[in-house]
Amino acid sequence: MIYWELFLAFFIPNIIGYGGGPAIIPLIEAEVVGRYGWMSAQAFAETLALGNALPSPIATKMAGQVGYEVAGAGGALVAVLATVVPSLLLMLGALGLLYRHRESPRVKRMSQWVRPVIALMMGWLTLGFFLEGVGGAGLLHTLVIGTAAAVALLRFRAHPAFVVLGALVYGGLFLG
Amino acid sequence: MTSHRKAPLGDLLWAFTRIGLLGFGGGPAMIPLVQQEVVKRHAWMSDEEFADVLAIANTLPGPIATKMPGYIGYRIAGISGCAIAVGAVILPMILAMILLLGVFSRYRDVAWIHGMGQAVVPVVMVMLAQLTLDFWNKSRLALGWVISLAMAVVAGGLIYGLGLHPGWVIGALLAAALLRPGRKAAEANP
Repeated sequence: MIYWELFLAFFIPNIIGYGGGPAIIPLIEAEVVGRYGWMSAQAFAETLALGNALPSPIATKMAGQVGYEVAGAGGALVAVLATVVPSLLLMLGALGLLYRHRESPRVKRMSQWVRPVIALMMGWLTLGFFLEGVGGAGLLHTLVIGTAAAVALLRFRAHPAFVVLGALVYGGLFLG
Repeated sequence: MTSHRKAPLGDLLWAFTRIGLLGFGGGPAMIPLVQQEVVKRHAWMSDEEFADVLAIANTLPGPIATKMPGYIGYRIAGISGCAIAVGAVILPMILAMILLLGVFSRYRDVAWIHGMGQAVVPVVMVMLAQLTLDFWNKSRLALGWVISLAMAVVAGGLIYGLGLHPGWVIGALLAAALLRPGRKAAEANP
């Protein structure tokens, strides 16, 4: 039962999430935190922070970690397979068909039409993490860390791993 | 599509391990690395083939950085090539995640470790804000801001106002995009 839920929780976001791994983040949050309540928003943020600091695709790292947390190694396997296999099978199975339609306006429209919804869900999640930050670290620290992170990431194009590391040091020193 | 060179599984394993370890910034940021290994370094595919495969992968949902390695691995060495390529990209860092977060949550009760956890929330907030802006800008360029905003507001009302599962909203949009006649989108995106 838990395996079936894990499968669904990762299968659904990945089969509707157009726009690559990052598009899937808010959809996974909706399942993992919202629907099934397997993780707190705080734990999800920690997973996401580490996921962004490490290389390789974000969707599979999230799946592996959440699956493991919920149901051990078997859970990790189910969640990762639910993330990878369906779209890969579609790709291998329907390649000829997809090849003919790769420039089709209808197919292009599919990813275009999903984007505003993903943008909105992403924005909603951003707001959620702002409130989570205010509730946990407090408004002042949230603004300080958030501003510093924004300047480092956007202005100086700092590597996400260093920004996460910087936040860890700040938290260890000032939020302990 | 032209014929392709057979490759030993070891080459495949190393090429995709490198991609997995060097590919920071999520799947879409990894595509140039895949191209570097597959086209430039090993010549398993031509540039044109790679571009076609990428275009096809983009017509499907799900993470791009597993569809590409999976397909390329399959083309080069069948099912085992597919499994090795995907595994090499994703497994090392899945293990790293589980290990690091496992250690982290074991010491969560220690005050300064708890503080570290709280301090990454605003960073994640900023990263997501960046992605939000990214998706919004792409959407605005393709559909115009009026339509993008209208779609976002309606979707938001359904998902957060009425509590509808996002799958239904996106599923309905995908079906509409596929079934409606093709002219309008072609004009909107010349």
